[in-house]
Amino acid sequence: MRSVLSSRWAGLLLLAVVIALLPLGLKNNFQFDIAVRIGFNAIVVIGLNLLIGYAGQISLGHAGFLGLAAYFSAITVTRYGWPPLVSLLAAATLVGLLAFIIARPVLRLKGHYLAMATLGLGIIISIVLNQEAGLTGGPDGMAVDPFTIGAFKLVKAREWYWLVGALLWLAVWLSLNLIDSPVGRALRAVHGSEVAAEVVGVDTTRYKVMVFVLSAVFASVVGSLQAHYVSFISPQQAGFFQSVEWVIMVVLGGMASTYGAVIGAVILTALPQVLTALEDYEHMIFGLIMMLVMILLPKGIVPSAGALLRRVSSKAEGGK
Amino acid sequence: MTLLNVENLSKEFGGVHAISDLTFTINPGTIHSIIGPNGAGKTTLFNLITGVYTPSAGRVLFQDQPVTGLRPNELAARGMSRTFQNLQIFMNMTALENVLVGRHLHLNTGILPSLFRWPAIGRGDRAATVMAKDLMAFVGLEKYIGWDADAMPYGALKRLEIARALAAEPKLLLLDEPAAGLNATESREIDEVIKKVAAQGVTVVLVEHDMKMVMEISDHILVLDYGRKLTEGTPAEVRQNPDVIAAYLGQVG
Ligand SMILES: Nc1ncnc2c1ncn2[C@@H]1O[C@H](COP(=O)(O)OP(=O)(O)OP(=O)(O)O)[C@@H](O)[C@H]1O
Ligand SMILES: [Mg+2]
Repeated sequence: MRSVLSSRWAGLLLLAVVIALLPLGLKNNFQFDIAVRIGFNAIVVIGLNLLIGYAGQISLGHAGFLGLAAYFSAITVTRYGWPPLVSLLAAATLVGLLAFIIARPVLRLKGHYLAMATLGLGIIISIVLNQEAGLTGGPDGMAVDPFTIGAFKLVKAREWYWLVGALLWLAVWLSLNLIDSPVGRALRAVHGSEVAAEVVGVDTTRYKVMVFVLSAVFASVVGSLQAHYVSFISPQQAGFFQSVEWVIMVVLGGMASTYGAVIGAVILTALPQVLTALEDYEHMIFGLIMMLVMILLPKGIVPSAGALLRRVSSKAEGGK
Repeated sequence: MTLLNVENLSKEFGGVHAISDLTFTINPGTIHSIIGPNGAGKTTLFNLITGVYTPSAGRVLFQDQPVTGLRPNELAARGMSRTFQNLQIFMNMTALENVLVGRHLHLNTGILPSLFRWPAIGRGDRAATVMAKDLMAFVGLEKYIGWDADAMPYGALKRLEIARALAAEPKLLLLDEPAAGLNATESREIDEVIKKVAAQGVTVVLVEHDMKMVMEISDHILVLDYGRKLTEGTPAEVRQNPDVIAAYLGQVG
């Protein structure tokens, strides 16, 4: 039972089925739009969960990486006519390089200090995007051309859904692969005890830098795509609140759980839409739900639910 | 040939001379114990040898190569492994995964092979898992193979650290009080494990307060006091040394 539940392919198959069948239940463009936004957030949060949940490092600056990629794609495609896919790949390379350069000094810090440093990074990027109005349009933002691959043009949320769904599945697959490998165990070892990891040969700096870069690249790819999808970007997307929201998704869904990251993204993206019906009370109820989840399921939704399931099933076995 | 040379090694912590001008060598294939009262500098010495601390002065040679200043992971790659006096277990992993991390240096750690799960990754992990299970059995932990580390009792975690260190296939294994906090039976069992490890040709450096165990299994003993060498020699020699009796063994009785 447990082996089936935790087996990689069962989870991946289930995810594929959900992605394939969900459109049957989506009625209008608005609902497809929410689904696409969930997918975007989930991909970023899966990357961030590798950094936060598995390797035990924090970042409050990843919206900066998303913002940089979004602007890079927007400017090169809209102003200079680059093919969007080329821009996306170039942005991912540049953002990865930037993350690589700053990772070493930044990840030497721990805990609150690391949080502050990454926060500062995000703030600097959003200030630059605001100030360089000649290039970025400043606080007014800028319009972005649609995403095209050859003759294909993605415009409607319905069309985007399949691209984002496929990428989400891919992100989950990559994340599960990584975790279930010597590299993934090294990342978790860094979280568990840095000194113990080092004395068995784990180059802890290498792994911290690697996972920081990887998560930045995830955010970068989403940034490029989102710019085309929303067709208009502003520095706000690169802002501090976005970074914090992703961290909340990681924690709420469950640290060190790839599916937890997806669930966190689903709930935090969809819930505000559902709660708008409550109007004035929306934010209060939202906060209340989050508090309750963290009090009742302190390890986050997916790990806590998993532990509960195991307890129930082991009790059932014990009764036999 | 010597396996390890410690030459005029010193470490100061803001005025405290934890290790002072210490020189000694370790021959391959021996069990080499380091004893001394609390605060004598034994753990500090381990941290200096394994690269966790950098010395204030002096140097360390491993297999005749100077290794001072190398990172612990670089020393691990050259064949050093260790356990910790205060447990350093990966509590966020299972017991088996802890041992698998010990196998790190022998596995494919490429980022692309891992992300795309090339067949070599699965093959390597399967072989490593077989070996890790064997090692857990070797240290007497077969019943804990499926356990989460954070659910295991203290005595089992002490052994788990040994299994993890052995997974790296070290030439030099440093054990910092492996029997601390264990009852007499458990101590005996650890004793047996250490002997078996040494019998396989691994050089063992042992820090231990259990004098009976030290006297019984050591080929060579180094006695530290306030970071300095009080004396060294075979167990018989050390036991008869008047300084040792006065400074250390005398207290224990
Ligand atoms: N990181 C450190 N910072 C400051 N002082 C330290 C540090 N590590 C060790 N010391 C000091 O160095 C001296 C030697 O300590 P060490 O832990 O090496 O002793 P030990 O022989 O292992 O003792 P025990 O038998 O209690 O484990 C002590 O005075 C200790 O307070
Ligand atoms: Mg000590």
